[in-house]
Amino acid sequence: MVSYDIDNISPDMSFLEMMDVLNEELTSQGLDPVAFDHDCREGICGSCSMFINGEAHGPDRLVTTCQLHMRKFQDGDTIFIEPFRSNTFPVIKDLVVDRSSFDRIQHAGGFISINTSGNTQDANSIPIDKNKADKAFDAATCIGCGACVATCKNSSAMLFVSAKVSQFSLLPQGQVEANERVLNMVKQMDDEGFGNCTNTGACEVECPKGISLENIARMNRDYLKAKFSS
Amino acid sequence: MTSVIQSSIIKKFAMALSGFFLIVFLFQHFIINITSVFSEEIFNQFSHFMGTNFIVQFIAQPILIFGVIFHFVMGFVLDFKNRASRNIKYVKYKGSSNASWMSRNMIISGLVILSFLGLHFYDFWIPEMKYKYVEFLPDDSNRYYSELTHKFEDLNKVIIYVVSFFFLSLHLLHGFSSSFQSMGINNKYNFIIKIVTTIYSIGIPFGFSFIAIFHYLNH
Repeated sequence: MVSYDIDNISPDMSFLEMMDVLNEELTSQGLDPVAFDHDCREGICGSCSMFINGEAHGPDRLVTTCQLHMRKFQDGDTIFIEPFRSNTFPVIKDLVVDRSSFDRIQHAGGFISINTSGNTQDANSIPIDKNKADKAFDAATCIGCGACVATCKNSSAMLFVSAKVSQFSLLPQGQVEANERVLNMVKQMDDEGFGNCTNTGACEVECPKGISLENIARMNRDYLKAKFSS
Repeated sequence: MTSVIQSSIIKKFAMALSGFFLIVFLFQHFIINITSVFSEEIFNQFSHFMGTNFIVQFIAQPILIFGVIFHFVMGFVLDFKNRASRNIKYVKYKGSSNASWMSRNMIISGLVILSFLGLHFYDFWIPEMKYKYVEFLPDDSNRYYSELTHKFEDLNKVIIYVVSFFFLSLHLLHGFSSSFQSMGINNKYNFIIKIVTTIYSIGIPFGFSFIAIFHYLNH
C-alpha cells in the first residue's frame, strides 16, 4: 500500500476526477501516476474497477466508480483504494486488473448463432411476454465490471454468468442453444477458477446495475435441467 | 461422471440436497424429543421403536450417517476451494455492509455443529450402540426417558447444548433458504419459503433448547 495526501478536492468531483488530480500532481513531481482503468465515465462500459474502503465501487449503491462522487467522503478521510482482488483477475498494474476470464466465459456460449444470409426472421415478429422481455433486458444491463467477483468472499462469478445466460434463455431466440450455452459457460467459469456461490447476496447489493439473484436461481435451474437431460 | 462431480453447481446442488435431508431428520428428531416434555411413556415408545426397528437401524441410520458425513466433507471441500480463489486478501474488506454474518460464516457455525455432534454422539449414540451391539444387554423399552433426563442434570452440558443450538439456528437461517436458491428455486421473492424457513430455523433450535432446559429444571 502507498499513501498519498491530496488537497483541493471538490465534493462535486467524481472519484475518477479525484484520481486525475492525484495523477496530475504525481506527474508534475516526476513520479509515476497511479494506473487505473476507465473509459466512458458514465457507468456504461464497466472499465473502472476499484475496491474503495472495503466495497466494490465504493460506499454508494447502484453506481460504478466513475459515478461515485467525493461528497460521499468527509474532508480529512483516509480512503483505501485497492484493485479488484481475485486469482481470476490478476493485477496488471496498480488498480488495473485483467478481466479477460469474463471474455472467455462469453466466448464459451454468451451469444446466439444467427444465419446472416439475409433470410433471418425479424426478431420483432416473434411475440414475447412483456414480463420475460423485461427480465431479459434487466439481465442484459450487466456491464461485466466484475464487482460481483470482487465483492464475493468466494470470488464467485455466478451473478455475471447467470446474467449472461438469462439474457438469452428468457427469450425464444436463445432457446435453440440454451442447454449448450449454460453447460459451456458454467464449465468455462469453473475452469477459470472462480469460487462457488454461497448465496450471501453480496454481489447483488454491490452490483452497479442491480442484477438480481433471481438470475442465479434461473441459471441453476437451467443448468440442472440441461445436465440431467443430456 | 467426472464433469458432473467437478461442476460447482452440482456440488452446491448436492450440498443443498443433503441439507434438506438433514433438515427433515432434525424435524422428526425434534418431534420425538418434544414428547419427553409431555409424556415419559410416549417418549419411551417412540424411542424404543426408533432404536429397535430394522429399517430405522440398518437402512435409515446408515443413510443418515452418510448424509451427515457428506454434508460436512462437501462443506469443507467448497470452503477450501472458495478460500483458495483469492490468494491476496483485501487490506480493507467490509463484508458486513452487504451480507449477513451467518451467510459469511457458515463454516464457523458448521464447525460448532460438528463439535456438538461429537458430544451428542458421545452422550447418546455411542452408549446406545454399546448397549445393543457390543454388550448385548436385554431389551428395555423403559430406559430411554431416564437416560435422556440424566444427561441434562449437568448445567454445563445444558449450556453447551443451548449455545450449540444457537449456532444451529444461525446455520439454518442462511442454509435452509439458501438451499432453495442452489436448487434453482429463487427464495428472494418467495415470501412463503422465506417465512417457513425462518420459522423452522428459529423454532426447531429453540425447541431443542427448551427440552434441555426443561429437563434440567425438572431433574
